[in-house]
Parts: sequence; structure tokens; C-alpha cells
Amino acid sequence: MLPNDPLANVLYVDLSKKRSWVERREDLFAKYIGGAGVAIQLLTENCPAGTDPLAPEAPVVFATGPLDGLFPLGSKTVAMFKSPHTGNLGESHAGGRSAVAIRMAGLGAIVITGANTNPGYLSIEGGKAYFRDATTLWGMSSSVTAGRIIRQNESSSGLRSIMRIGRAGENMVTYADVSTETYRHFGRLGMGAVFGSKKLKAVVVSGNRTLEVADKVAYRALYDEINTAAVSSPVMKKYHDLGTAENIQPLSALGGLPTRNVQAGRFESAETISGEHYAEHYLGRRLACSHCPVACIHIAALREPYEDEAYYYKTTMISYDYEPIYALGSMLGLSNPEQVLSLMDEVEVLGLDAMSAGVCLAWATEAMQKGLVTEQDTGGLKLEFGKADSYVAGVEAITSRPNEFWRVLGHSVDAAAARYGGVEFAMAFGGNEMPGYHTGPAGYLGFMLGARHSHLDNAGYAIDQKELTKGLIPAEQLAQKLMDEERWRQALSSLTVCFFARGIYTPELTLRALAAAGYDLTAEQLAETADTIYRAKFAFKLANGFDFNKLTIPQRVFETPAVVSGFDEAYMRRAIAFAAGQLASSRA
Amino acid sequence: MRLSVVDAERCTGCQICMFACTRRLGYAGMGKTAIHIKSVGGMERGLSVVVCRACQDPPCAKVCPEDALVLRKGGGVLLSPSKCTGCGLCRQACIVSAIFWDEEAEKPIICVHCGYCAKYCPHGVLALEERRAEVPDAAK
Repeated sequence: MLPNDPLANVLYVDLSKKRSWVERREDLFAKYIGGAGVAIQLLTENCPAGTDPLAPEAPVVFATGPLDGLFPLGSKTVAMFKSPHTGNLGESHAGGRSAVAIRMAGLGAIVITGANTNPGYLSIEGGKAYFRDATTLWGMSSSVTAGRIIRQNESSSGLRSIMRIGRAGENMVTYADVSTETYRHFGRLGMGAVFGSKKLKAVVVSGNRTLEVADKVAYRALYDEINTAAVSSPVMKKYHDLGTAENIQPLSALGGLPTRNVQAGRFESAETISGEHYAEHYLGRRLACSHCPVACIHIAALREPYEDEAYYYKTTMISYDYEPIYALGSMLGLSNPEQVLSLMDEVEVLGLDAMSAGVCLAWATEAMQKGLVTEQDTGGLKLEFGKADSYVAGVEAITSRPNEFWRVLGHSVDAAAARYGGVEFAMAFGGNEMPGYHTGPAGYLGFMLGARHSHLDNAGYAIDQKELTKGLIPAEQLAQKLMDEERWRQALSSLTVCFFARGIYTPELTLRALAAAGYDLTAEQLAETADTIYRAKFAFKLANGFDFNKLTIPQRVFETPAVVSGFDEAYMRRAIAFAAGQLASSRA
Repeated sequence: MRLSVVDAERCTGCQICMFACTRRLGYAGMGKTAIHIKSVGGMERGLSVVVCRACQDPPCAKVCPEDALVLRKGGGVLLSPSKCTGCGLCRQACIVSAIFWDEEAEKPIICVHCGYCAKYCPHGVLALEERRAEVPDAAK
């Protein structure tokens, strides 16, 4: 790295003592680059095995990388924490302005420990943390309104990121998220609950500065090369045209769109909740993360009449993407595009992870159909596939946790199935509710073997669609493919570039971009660093109770025809055993 | 020629113009930018582009006690850094808040209307064009 690069500045904040300080951690940033590489080290340093994820001492780590602020698509912040949802590694990535704001504040990473006595938010400016009161914002019905008030109270408009929780986080639902710039999310695995346990409503980061590069002329030339690829490459086209929602119809046609709790892989109403339909009838605006020319964020304008007064309307701007359409649409059998938007808006306002919320409600609906859960359990709420009103009430109940059933469902679908039955259709892997890909063995293995349980860990769903449709390959070979892809993604998530740009940031280009930031690495050194990061993440997982042998696979996976069929549990177990052999031991 | 905001409604908030303006001087980051993008009270309401309008009779120049702001051909001003004491009066005089502050140099940052940012705008928000005096910006 370049000497004196502010990237190596780590801001430590102790909420309990209302104290903050900066340490130079060139040791970490020089060796592990940034992002995921540095975050796992900071997490391991500050979160010994056995730490209660919701205790004050549990840390929240944010880390950016050397390409943030330098090149297009260097736009991601990696957050790490101990997950209250799974009990092991919590890793979540988000864009918005978060990465650029942290870098422009003269920081590379932030480590927050301790807890507020009264609700508060942090304002980080010029490398210092200021402790602000948030008593009045706690319990506010909409996280969007809370964001607006913080915005009005803080300066540096346009040069800041406001990362905040909603009521779900305050109430420590273990799949509460942290949202930033209204429409981007640190989703999955419950960082919102960790914020809630610290009575931390929000973290505002702002700043503006220049960053040095190794060679000004070479930097500008390389910038133009990357920028041209980002705006003209066919690999980026799907993200700026219809956005991720373009996948709804093709996946449904292949039988890979999880429908009504994966009782089917094809949704008969896929067209009405498709990217094409939303673009044609509702697309009202497109937005981008800071430093991204693609602008994949698609915002629908939903115009709704008030029923109690004629000629009286409201228009809500709602972000839609593939995953929330799957989880809150097809998974719940909802075919009305406006109802799906309304439910997405509700989930946004409450601050829930959309995928986990949808999967939990899908399980609960089927459990009610089968008589495992009754209206007595739900407090009189009857959940039915295709009935949106019941789901709007459902996400509110998950958030407000009025009785035992909703408290358990706010912990996870696995916890609910363990208590009420129906484990064979509780669609979670490694304790985390599934993303929207019923594609086959690579997809499902990817969810289980991925270090952060994200479909983007290793893109198993893509291996299903591109390769396994031609025929299964040996389980060990498949596990190796997934691990190879995930290992490389550790490099990308340490830079820290958006995974949507993975087609542009090839290893060769990545090395040149790193050189502009003062990192002189060979391809072998970069691969070795990626492997070290990958193993450090599994070391944290294994130290905190993750066990390859205890991974459970809901039988539903094998029953409902997927894009790729013909795999069984024995095949999956062979792949898992192979991965365990590779990852559970330290490197030879 | 001057930099013109063709249509702020097309802006996605990517801030690539801000990076471009800083990169023009050989730096990464946004610390030297003379153009700013911010939300109109939250991302849900869209974005505003704040940049010098190239006034023909610029108020900023009138208040400069050191004559460090010289009228630019085509509108706006050029900063003479050696004369500027960094008093900041010019910022207060700009009613559209288009004079920004270089914290590192402690001097104002003022758009020179070179159009470098417009070359990078991916969505046609910005253009370098001849002044269209007959069309007030508010009518666009």
C-alpha cells in the first residue's frame, strides 16, 4: 500500500465509555488488502470464541478497501459481526455511499464495541466519533423517517452515509438488517439486531478528501479503461436495463423460482411480478451507489388511493430487486405486483431482511395448512398463500413479537420448525433462510458451504444453470468448483468492488488496479492472500460452533423438481465431506 | 462555453462527476470537486446537481476583498490562488451554494467549466455548451 494512505486508519469506538480513537493498522491492510480480508482479522481480534453476539462486548466491524474512492465499482463496505442468527460468522456487504464515505472520512475500517445506556447514534466525521442522542427516534414506526430526521440534524449532505436500523433491529429480530441511503442493505444474518442490542440506531459517516495514487498518468489511463468496460461491457447490461429482476421469468421457466415455499419451481404468475412488468408499469427512477456508472437500483413508483377520501392519493418510491420479489412474491404465492411492492415497502420500513422474512412466512403458511400451527398460535392471523393482507400483518408481528409463536419465528425458520414441526419444509441452510434459487445441487451446496451464506459467495446457482444441466459431475469436483470461486471472491471483496463487476475485475485487471493503490502483488501472491482470507473466515466459523456434519438439508429440496434434477442426499453429503476436509483443517 | 445541467432528473447519484473533477488534478477521491450531487431530501425524492451557473455578473467576484476572482469569458470566475486569503466571503455570496471548500488548501473550489465531468457522466445529465441566454434554467 502507499505510505500514509488513510486506508490504514482504523477507528475504534467504545459506546459504553463514549470513547473513540484511531490506530494505524498497516500490518492488516498491507497483508490482507482491505474489506473482507481486514474485517475477518479485526473480528477475530475483537470477538473471542464464545462471545454472546448480542452482548455489549460483541464488535461490529466495517471495512473498505484500496479501490474504494479510486475506481468505478469500488463501492462496497464489508461488515462483519458474530451473527445472532447462526451463532457464527456474520458477514454482510452493502454499497450506497457507505464505502466512499468511510474512505473520504480518512478511514479504512471502523470497529464498534460496547453499548449505549440510552438509544443513540454515532456521527463519524473527520476521523472522530461524536455520540448523539436518539431517544426520540427509538420505536419510530418507519426507519425511512428516522433516516430523514438524522439527515436534517447532520451536515455534509451528499458526502455521507447513514446506516440505520428499523424497529426489527431495535427488537432484536435476528434477521433484522441495517439499511443505508434508504435502498441499500447490510442484509442477512442480523447485523440490525446487533445494532439494537447496543441501542445504536444509526451510524453516520461523512468526509471529503483526496487520495494519492502511485502514478497520476497511469491512474487516469487505467480509470478510463475500467470505466469504458463498466459502461459498455455486455456483462454489465443486465444490471442497468431491467436490473436483477430480469431473472424472474427465465428462472421460473426453467423451474428454478422458489414458489409457495418451494412446493413448485415455476410460478404461474411470474410474468406479472417480472422485471419486464415492473419496468413497463412502475419503474419511476434509477439510482446508483457512489462511483457506479451502472445504476442497478430500480425504484418503483406505487400510486395508491386512500379509501376514506375521494381523489386523495399517495405515491411511494419502492426499491425492487430479484431477491425481494422472490421472497415476498413467488415464495408467498403473491401475483399482484402492487401488493408485492407494498409488502416490500413494509419490510423496508421495519428493517427486516426480505429473504428471511419471506421464507419464515412461507413456512408458517404451509405449517398452518398442515395444522402444525393454528390461529391460536398466531393470535388469530390466518396466513394463506396469495393473500397479501395476512403477510403485511405477519411482518409486523415478526417485528413486534407479541407472543411465543412470533418470537420464535423472529428467531429463524429453523427455530420455528424445531418447536412446531415441519423441518422437512423449513427452507434454511446452515441456519439461514434460502435465497431465490431452486436450481439444483450446486445452488444448495453453495448456500451451505458459503462462508456468509449468500448466493453470491460462490454462485452455485450459475454452475447449476450453465454446467450441471448437461449432467451431474462428481460431488467432490463440484465442491472444489464452489470453493475455487469463493476463494477468488475473497480477493474481490477485499478491494472492495461490487460482485456485479466480477466480469470486469479479472485477476489481471485487479493486479493493475491494486498497483495504482501501491500494492505490488503477483497473481500467485493475490491468490494466496485470497486463500488465507477464506481460511480465516472458516476458522472463525468453526471456532464458533459451525459444524459441516451438522448441516441439515430440508427434504423439500429433493422432492420439488429443480432446474437440475437427479441429485440425492448422499451426493450432497459427499460434497460437504470433501469441503470439510479442505476447509476444516489448517493449510498443509 | 459553460457547463450546463441538461436534466437533473436523469441523475442516478453515482457521483462520477465528483470523482472526475478531482481526478482532473491527478487525485483519487472527491476532495477537489467543483460539482456536487446530493439527494433532494432523501434518495427517494431524487437528486440535485450543484455547480456554478457561470453568472455573467457574478456576486462572488463582487465580494472578494482581494480581487482574487477574475471574470471568466463565458461567465463565472477564475480563482487566482496566490491572491486568495481563504476568507470564504465568496461562498456566502453564492446563493446556489456552488462554491465549495478545499479543506486541504483552505481555498474555495470554483468550476472552470472545462467539461471534464460531463465526459464521464453515464446518463447525459451534464453537457458543455454555448450559453442559451434566452432559456432560463428554471424553465428546463
